[in-house]
Amino acid sequence: MSVKVSMKVNGKPVSAEVEERTLLVTLIREHLRLTGTHVGCDTAQCGACTVQMNGNVVKSCSMLAMQAEGADVRTIESVAAADGTLHPMQAAFKEHHGLQCGFCTPGMVMNAIDFAKKNPGASEHEVREALEGNLCRCTGYHNIVKAIMAGSKAMAGAK
Amino acid sequence: MHAFKYHRPGSVKDAAALVGKNADAKLLGGGQTLVQTMKLRLASPTDVVDLGTIKELAGIKVAGGTVEVGAMTRHAAVAGSAEVKKAIPALAALAGMIGDRQVREMGTIGGSIANSDPAADYPAAVLGLGATIITDKRKIEADKFFTGMFETALQPGEIITAVSFPVPKRAAYMKFKNPASRFAIVGVFVAETGNGIRVAVTGAGPNAFRVPEMEKALGAKFAPESVAKVKVKADDLNSDLHASAEYRAHLVTVMAKRAVEAAMK
Repeated sequence: MSVKVSMKVNGKPVSAEVEERTLLVTLIREHLRLTGTHVGCDTAQCGACTVQMNGNVVKSCSMLAMQAEGADVRTIESVAAADGTLHPMQAAFKEHHGLQCGFCTPGMVMNAIDFAKKNPGASEHEVREALEGNLCRCTGYHNIVKAIMAGSKAMAGAK
Repeated sequence: MHAFKYHRPGSVKDAAALVGKNADAKLLGGGQTLVQTMKLRLASPTDVVDLGTIKELAGIKVAGGTVEVGAMTRHAAVAGSAEVKKAIPALAALAGMIGDRQVREMGTIGGSIANSDPAADYPAAVLGLGATIITDKRKIEADKFFTGMFETALQPGEIITAVSFPVPKRAAYMKFKNPASRFAIVGVFVAETGNGIRVAVTGAGPNAFRVPEMEKALGAKFAPESVAKVKVKADDLNSDLHASAEYRAHLVTVMAKRAVEAAMK
């Protein structure tokens, strides 16, 4: 049976008729066609599906779309400026070669921005701990950590 | 995932009415276990009753020597609570070790203990602090709550509303985690409470359990060396690709020693 679900995605109110079992990530990718949010492991381990909900990061493959009813959801598509200027965290990932294939990157960036906002001046060790829920199978994490350290600094400086 | 009917009750009473009549209904906390279990079709409830919007179920109250955590309080809220950090720092620290940042934003204490996953962290704190589980029907002592692997004393349709933790004199939790899943291979919670010493272990057995020999030894002298020679039997412990029962038994002693050291700091 289908039900109506409504929320704000990237600042815009959206409504969709979905099956009750629809996952939030399915709503985002298949109903709203925002395909920047990825499905990697589909078992809550890899974090490629990370989005922001009401100011916190969550794994959109591990929750029902219905659980996000009325929520303020932000995906990777909302991160860069309208003119295409990269967010300081995205710019840092580019600068420090914080990606190879790029599959995990949207989740990494969403988590990194949230972490940097809430933990300015975090140590490298804290950054590594914050990445526990995001897997990368290419880089060995070293450049991702470097990018987040730099992006975090740039975000603090941009305030 | 099989199809189901989704419900969003506004109160515990409404939620109880929805699950009470239906043995194939499931309560949804944060969904960090249930949604995945449903995706794997290990669970196929006909009805999912989402507790997420019931306001009375979330929140932390610290008063009169207890910390009461509402069933729908997210792990991140407990980990980040200044009040919990002050009253029971070990509890805040434990909540901050569950899963990862994203999981902690959704996962709830009620969901965790109702599931009684053998490798979950919260059961160690619930048992280690001698907490009381408050449901919509009654209060259950921690010692009577965890009854088996994924089994608790909860009756069908019974809903956890809060967990009340007595503030201990000192306590600490040490966890040897699976580096991939972050679940506890073995976690040990040690507490010196108003009612004596309590040592609770998660990850090692079918469900969280206490170690009376360690509690007795620590009662005589609260020091790491008191538990260093106490070994638990490997007979009833879990054995899997991550760790053998013998290794888990060994880790119980090691983690207990570390927890005592941490509690003394």
